[in-house]
Amino acid sequence: MVPPQQEIPLQQVEEVVIRFAGDSGDGMQLTGSQFTDTSAHLGNDLATFPDYPAEIRAPVGTLFGVSGYQVRFSSKDIHTPGDQPDVLVAMNPAAFKVNILDLKEGGLLIVNTGNFGARDLAKAHYATNPLDDPQLAVDYQLLAIDLNVATLKAVESTGLSNKDALRCKNLLALGMLYYAYSRPLDHTEAWLTKKFAKKPQILEANLLALRAGANIAANSELFKVVYQVDAAPLPRGTYRNMGGNQALALGLVAGCQLAELPLFYGSYPITPASDVLHALARYKNYNVTTFQAEDEIAAVCSAIGASYAGSLGMTGTSGPGLALKSEALGLAVMVELPLVVVNVQRAGPSTGLPTKTEQADLLQSLFGRSGECPLPVLAAASPADCFATALEAVRIATTYMTPVILLSDGYIGNGSEPFLVPSVDSLKPFPVQFHSDATNFQPYARNSETLARPWAIPGTPGLEHRLGGLEKADITGAVSYDPENHERMIQLREEKVQRVAASYAPLQVYGPQQADLLVLGWGSTFGAIRGAVNRCQAEGLSVAQLHLRYVWPLPKDLGAVLKRYKKVLIPELNRGQLSRLIRAEYLIDAISLPKVQGKPFMAAELARHIESQLDGAGEA
Amino acid sequence: MTITEAPIHKKKDFVSDQEVRWCPGCGDYAILNAVQQAFASFNVPKEKFAVISGIGCSSRFPYYMDTFGFHTIHGRAPAIASGVKIANPDLDVWVITGDGDALSIGGNHLIHAMRRNLNLKVLLFNNRIYGLTKGQYSPTTVPGKSTPSSPYGSLDAPFNPIALALGAGASFVARTVDTQINHLKEILLAAHEHKGFAFVEILQNCVIFNDGAFEHITEKSVRDNRQVDLRPGQPLLFGRDLEQGLRITPDTIEVCTPQEASIWKTDGPTGANAFRICQAAENAEIPVPIGLFRQEQRPVLDEQIQQQVTQITEMLGVGSLASLLNSGETWDVS
Repeated sequence: MVPPQQEIPLQQVEEVVIRFAGDSGDGMQLTGSQFTDTSAHLGNDLATFPDYPAEIRAPVGTLFGVSGYQVRFSSKDIHTPGDQPDVLVAMNPAAFKVNILDLKEGGLLIVNTGNFGARDLAKAHYATNPLDDPQLAVDYQLLAIDLNVATLKAVESTGLSNKDALRCKNLLALGMLYYAYSRPLDHTEAWLTKKFAKKPQILEANLLALRAGANIAANSELFKVVYQVDAAPLPRGTYRNMGGNQALALGLVAGCQLAELPLFYGSYPITPASDVLHALARYKNYNVTTFQAEDEIAAVCSAIGASYAGSLGMTGTSGPGLALKSEALGLAVMVELPLVVVNVQRAGPSTGLPTKTEQADLLQSLFGRSGECPLPVLAAASPADCFATALEAVRIATTYMTPVILLSDGYIGNGSEPFLVPSVDSLKPFPVQFHSDATNFQPYARNSETLARPWAIPGTPGLEHRLGGLEKADITGAVSYDPENHERMIQLREEKVQRVAASYAPLQVYGPQQADLLVLGWGSTFGAIRGAVNRCQAEGLSVAQLHLRYVWPLPKDLGAVLKRYKKVLIPELNRGQLSRLIRAEYLIDAISLPKVQGKPFMAAELARHIESQLDGAGEA
Repeated sequence: MTITEAPIHKKKDFVSDQEVRWCPGCGDYAILNAVQQAFASFNVPKEKFAVISGIGCSSRFPYYMDTFGFHTIHGRAPAIASGVKIANPDLDVWVITGDGDALSIGGNHLIHAMRRNLNLKVLLFNNRIYGLTKGQYSPTTVPGKSTPSSPYGSLDAPFNPIALALGAGASFVARTVDTQINHLKEILLAAHEHKGFAFVEILQNCVIFNDGAFEHITEKSVRDNRQVDLRPGQPLLFGRDLEQGLRITPDTIEVCTPQEASIWKTDGPTGANAFRICQAAENAEIPVPIGLFRQEQRPVLDEQIQQQVTQITEMLGVGSLASLLNSGETWDVS
């Protein structure tokens, strides 16, 4: 780290939100994740929100090609990547235009003037240069620098072409911010050294740019203040910075280790779920097989086949892919084989906004199949929570011999936060026993507690039997058209899924056990709700939070908890799907707070709604 | 194959307790009988068989086999079987399907299973009609056929299942006939012994909705002259006393004397002949080919997957929960 100059004051702040924004080829995701990793090593609590376009390399400089990465790092316990950035780094006019309105008033605005030429401005549909507006320097702390010239100068000695040299400008910007927020360069230096081990010229250029950024900031007194954000008082333990999709993959592998089963993951590439496939494909030495199928249907079918043969079959997708899998899920419900189906939701319907987030597949997950076809549905609350939720999905699928849908979404799938690595001893194994006794074998005899049928895999002598999608006779599993049997089997399948709720831990309400308002949520809204509830509780409002991991079957104690609150507010990134379910199940007048903009809730936005519910303390 | 020990199974070991419910006279009875006999001859313990089907008349097949069986959903049997075989390559996995199941709703899964060369055996019962849904035209129905969904004659051009399999890269491609039990059993044995994907089209008669669809080929009185059995390394001969031959020239396939007949090859550079001969019109002067169109060795996916897992595990060590959790970049908070 470059020591701050004496005359520049060092100011302690609790937390900072930085948004890096540039072209999708400008390396903004890399810049953001490096800042994040470095901050993680300093012990900050943090949360990130990568927001990128569907186009891999959109035409340079265009509005739809803007890629952003927001990171919030804090000395306190935080749950979201922050509402409004304190700092915006805009690498071109398009990034400026798309993001400037989000920047906090008085926030630090760093712009790369090197990319504010006439053509760049035209691509962002600016008739005049917005940097010429004198109001800009009034509203924000404006730092207008030609990062292109600075970068070319910094890496001159490497002899790289201008084009290649300019690729390093993101590191120059990163170096400047490392200086401004008192972060060391060594983590990123080590990372670059590993990444470009075989390209010494590129490595040299990147290192020069990074250090130049820090030096320019130190020597030219770009910043009036240098900030310090101390380590957060996180619980003791070992941490890893984890993205949600990565944590999910890790949880699925850990779950199969606890179940003592081989893992088979059949999947078809789809945004934003593909990273789960990528992560699992690297775990081959953990008894993991990945199969990139020809389509979504084959992906789930191959997983059902693998479960039939004695692996734990899994598949992963996003909303449109789940729609394609629904017929096969009906088969899995009928043949009562374990299966884990991951749905990293995105904004729909149809292709929708593939890189933007939404929670609108809840009712599809619960009911989107032909016939009476219940299955358990779980939802992860945060990037790190994807791990524990994945473990639960594996436990439920194997214990109850049922397909399970695990809901995540683009926001937590791509977002990251510190993950407290659990100790091996803290994870309780649930080893699976395949059926082997041929005496009186009945494929649809049931465990009296769980109602699970035996898992009898091909290759086991004496257990030859036939499964299929035709209705089964109770106990024997033979094909049956008997009307009473059909009704009994539908009830049995329903009852089996309901019994999953007996294995849940009691609900934990955050805040008072009785209050004026309960904010009920599920999935990725957890952090924003927690932030809003904290704020409102600090204001003295009578509000509590309850967040559901198990969305189906609903927890048995949920009805009683809901009755303890005068009002129940349900914020969701959909048009009120959980709210309909809660109203139908418990006959309470739950208030829906829907949002469908492809963006997560902001804590401040939710706090305003809570306040307005509690006698209009805030705006509606 | 030389069987040195007493067979471990008899045909009856493969007969399940379920009452067979196909229409009387259906070609599927003959196929079921042949498959049960063939399975008994393979000398494989019966718990190792997994018989997997889709939807349709033929797909009821697993219920009548006393093996592990899975009657799945329409068109998806190859995809489910792929998962079964990859998860447990030790199993002998057979897919039973029909022309609608395999070539219409399940076409994508079939071609990709062929391309990948998984060690699966696919028996396609081709009766050129949708039977279970009561007689609509299928992807192999002859154009012009009047059916409930084509009352003025079907207009769709049909698939040639053999050409499709050859084009999709199946490493074993054969055709046989429901009522020619010895030929059928011979082909099943060859398919079983083949390492890789085996595709067998079985010409099968539907007595109710498409009776006699193949009688111009399979009827006893005509079949000697209307069929030629493709046997690797053998001359292409046909006729009651094999008194006629076929000669394949660069431009034509023509009838000739037995002495002039071409020797049939199922692999190597003459593979293009399989495409040519399978596409000759059924009413052409030359007979309709049955037997083995292609049989060649190429890498088998389920074996390759196993090898890769073994190799990576040797390289990285067997993963444990502890190594899993403690991988990656970590930091401690104390």
